[in-house]
Amino acid sequence: MSGIPHDHYEPKSGFEKWMHKRLPIIGLVYDTIMIPTPKNLNWMWIWGIVLAFTLVLQIITGIILAMHYTPNVNMAFQSVEHIMRDVNYGWLLRYTHMNGATLFFIAVYLHIFRGLYYGSYKAPREVTWIIGMLIYLAMMATGFLGYVLPWGQMSFWGATVITGLFGAIPGVGESLQAWLLGGPSVDNATLNRFFSLHYLLPFVIVALVALHIWAFHTTGNSNPSGVEVRRGSKAEVEKDTLPFWPYFVIKDLYALVVVLIVFAAVIGFMPNFFGEPDNYIMANPLKTPPHIVPEWYYLPFYAILRAFTADVMVVKFASFITGGIIDAKFFGVIAMFGAIFVMALVPWLDTSRTRSGRFRPAFKFFFWLLAFDFMFLMWLGSRPAEEPYASMALYGSFYWFGYFLVILPLLGLFEKPTTPPETIEADFDSHYPPKPAE
Amino acid sequence: MFKKTILSACMALGVGASAMASEGGAIHDVAFSFEGMFGIYEEAELQRGLQVYTEVCAACHGLNLVSYRNLGDEGGPALPEDQVKAYAAQFETFDPEVDDFRPAIPSDRFGDSQYDGAPDLSLMAKARKGFEGPYGLVVNPLFRGVGGPEYIVAILTGYTGEEKEQAGTILYENTAFPGGWISMPPPLSDELVEYEPAADTDLESLSEDVASFLMWTAEPKLVQRKKAGLVAVIFLSFLAVMLYLTNKKLWAKAKRKD
Repeated sequence: MSGIPHDHYEPKSGFEKWMHKRLPIIGLVYDTIMIPTPKNLNWMWIWGIVLAFTLVLQIITGIILAMHYTPNVNMAFQSVEHIMRDVNYGWLLRYTHMNGATLFFIAVYLHIFRGLYYGSYKAPREVTWIIGMLIYLAMMATGFLGYVLPWGQMSFWGATVITGLFGAIPGVGESLQAWLLGGPSVDNATLNRFFSLHYLLPFVIVALVALHIWAFHTTGNSNPSGVEVRRGSKAEVEKDTLPFWPYFVIKDLYALVVVLIVFAAVIGFMPNFFGEPDNYIMANPLKTPPHIVPEWYYLPFYAILRAFTADVMVVKFASFITGGIIDAKFFGVIAMFGAIFVMALVPWLDTSRTRSGRFRPAFKFFFWLLAFDFMFLMWLGSRPAEEPYASMALYGSFYWFGYFLVILPLLGLFEKPTTPPETIEADFDSHYPPKPAE
Repeated sequence: MFKKTILSACMALGVGASAMASEGGAIHDVAFSFEGMFGIYEEAELQRGLQVYTEVCAACHGLNLVSYRNLGDEGGPALPEDQVKAYAAQFETFDPEVDDFRPAIPSDRFGDSQYDGAPDLSLMAKARKGFEGPYGLVVNPLFRGVGGPEYIVAILTGYTGEEKEQAGTILYENTAFPGGWISMPPPLSDELVEYEPAADTDLESLSEDVASFLMWTAEPKLVQRKKAGLVAVIFLSFLAVMLYLTNKKLWAKAKRKD
């Protein structure tokens, strides 16, 4: 790995030397594990490890579940109940996998908002950020595909609503939707391909995670002060950093285990808390549930999707200038994907030269308002599509876009940031003052 | 600062989940033995519930996900093997191999609903949500469940005695049923079932017994799950303390706390 100067792997034993000439894999692992890491990282820098752990957990439990699951509309629901009742520890596998998705998304949202607060996305880490956004999109897709597999009522109707979004695209929409579903509606062909893709995508995520790690190992980690590690010499680097092993491995493991205590308690004592009772009813294409609600992790974007109804000014305008090609439904779809797209563009939208939000007083206010807005939209996504929720969702959506497209670009020009510490060492020392010389 | 985020995240999740409640009438909380972190099924109650199911519900409703052998499961009704066999033998089951009916054996399922309009009850206690508890608080399901069995009790005890005919079907007014009118006639009444050994047989008790039984059919591994959860929490807490101390010691020099 290039980047911060540090001690590299030196093969010692005969075998290591032999291997190193042929495939320097031990060196790769060594350099990855021993990477100099800013020593002032706080407890918000633990979510990456939680995410890596959860990804592996989901893949392992998922592979075993797939051994017992049958992707057929007549057998899927029963095969999940077979896992819950007759497979040894099947209930544990299934509840772990089900709640693992929730853990995954809680961790990813905290990880993303940490990046937004501390400006982790800013140069030179734009590529890390973009890859992260791709991982997030792949996670959303994987979660959605997986939720369809138990073939409950919410699986079926959720799939119907979400694939219907593609039907909103003018011209090609309906053919695209039929192509995705493998037929005119959600049916056996849909279930089969969703199972296949749900199995595939996690491995795509693994590859993207490898790129994500590669990218930030090249630039070095960001850190709460937003000041870069000094790279003049190895001695300088050592003042600002500590090696990842053992300092951050142990710290992250400790944090991971604390998170897992809560995770184990949820699985053990309230495993269906994040689920929908309706999904314990087998899918019935003839009976629509009273409320179709997506999983909690889609709710903020679901709220944005539904916010743009036909009577909203911007929708009327878009419809007028495009001659009706962009109708309310399509506008909602654009808004939903746009909400994630503007987040992906944030490295170029944020004009402030101060990286960390810690030293940007005005930014802090708008950031916390964004965090609140996210929660607010999540709540609104779970409400029925009626007043006053519809207007509230519209204001919430406007703020989401406003934050990225208006506030961040302007704030960098007008805001007067406070002074960040000179070095990471100085930041660390202000928390842990050096002992007076004896 | 991020503690605030975590806190508000938890709150939003709680509020988000509260929106998923089914629209129904008044559903009152019942202190079931299987609720809370340490709650487990009560064998005698499940056995009484099985009797109510067998004598009343089974006339129309099926339990197609449950096998007779499950009645002997630990943590469930835990009937002795001979009783499970005897219970199964009361019923006939269609065997496609001999193309005829034969007496059921423990490996057979309870079977489908006898009456077309009657839903299968295997998962009913998990497929309905009774209440969210005060203010939809996050921790509520931890202590009181999500109210599926309470919903069943509320349906069974919620008849007002009013009837009306609609499109050739008789509907019965029920305070718990969404919409207020249900096509199932009142199935239970006081002293409809005779328990041996004797236990309360008023409508509320019968309803609670059968609701407990249906919670077991929906979640047969609840007891194992809670035990595993408790062991995991204790083990992980111990591990967390060990890692906390390791981490503290490891960083002591760097943080000048040695």
